[in-house]
Amino acid sequence: MPRATLLDPQGEAVERALHALGFGEVGRVRMGKHLVLDVKAGSREEALARAREMCDRLLANPVIEDYDLAVEGGTA
Amino acid sequence: MQRVAVIVFPGSNCDAETIAAARQAGSDAYRVWHRDTDLQRPDVVILPGGFSYGDYLRAGAIARFSPVMAAVTEHARAGGAVLGICNGFQILCEAGLLPGGLMRNVRLRFLSRLVRVRVEATDTPFTCGYEPGAVLELPIAHGEGRYVVDARRAAELEAGGRVVWRYAGENPNGSTNAIAGVSSPGRNVVGIMPHPERRNAPVLGGEDGARVFLSMEARYATQHAVDLRAVGDRHLRV
Repeated sequence: MPRATLLDPQGEAVERALHALGFGEVGRVRMGKHLVLDVKAGSREEALARAREMCDRLLANPVIEDYDLAVEGGTA
Repeated sequence: MQRVAVIVFPGSNCDAETIAAARQAGSDAYRVWHRDTDLQRPDVVILPGGFSYGDYLRAGAIARFSPVMAAVTEHARAGGAVLGICNGFQILCEAGLLPGGLMRNVRLRFLSRLVRVRVEATDTPFTCGYEPGAVLELPIAHGEGRYVVDARRAAELEAGGRVVWRYAGENPNGSTNAIAGVSSPGRNVVGIMPHPERRNAPVLGGEDGARVFLSMEARYATQHAVDLRAVGDRHLRV
């Protein structure tokens, strides 16, 4: 997600389009990326820690982006 | 004669023009494939424009992990001259060799046209042949050219004289402080969003970009192999 302090022209374009369609209740729109990773890990904590490392090294650029992580599932 | 390594990533598409521009300025320019780890003793490394790895994830984000980048970083850390043009600038930012980042243009359109940029710093290997304040006409061709730094870092860059080029008149992509190019603290690593290599001869419509390449050649030559006056009488420095 673009950092909150930075201009997000894509989000603004979507916001204007929603307003034009009558969805006046929409406030600010921010637009980012959603990545889904299948990860082998011994625990949810381990998966989260590894995913955080991936974000810091490659998936997000801290100069221009913030990120959130969530672990789902847990299949054998 | 400078040895100039032009790095080719999958998706680079300005390497031929960049090599031609460097050779036109008298340099010994050659390609280095991104999987190579030996730069073959260059004086200058140039990361050319293009769309390395299709700009997937973020422009430059994947290219920065190419095997060759360890050698480029080592060259830069040792004080060697490095120039990133367009996608090359994006890669240098992703690699942390230059501050800030490049984001989607403010009006979301890919821009391919001429812009005017002012030379703000002439103490870099790539601008030492220009007069301070010279206004150049150079092409841009980018979708993600909005240079972004936070206010504190922008003030640092301004105070430190590290804004090398600034858009003059209009700010085409919404860059912070209309910044078109910046340098590292040591001035040896430089990034520029416009394309000087596409504007180095009258047959290309203008030659305002030629001195980027003549500068790097002249700066290191023990004797000036190239007479800067030969490229025209604008920005004359004798």
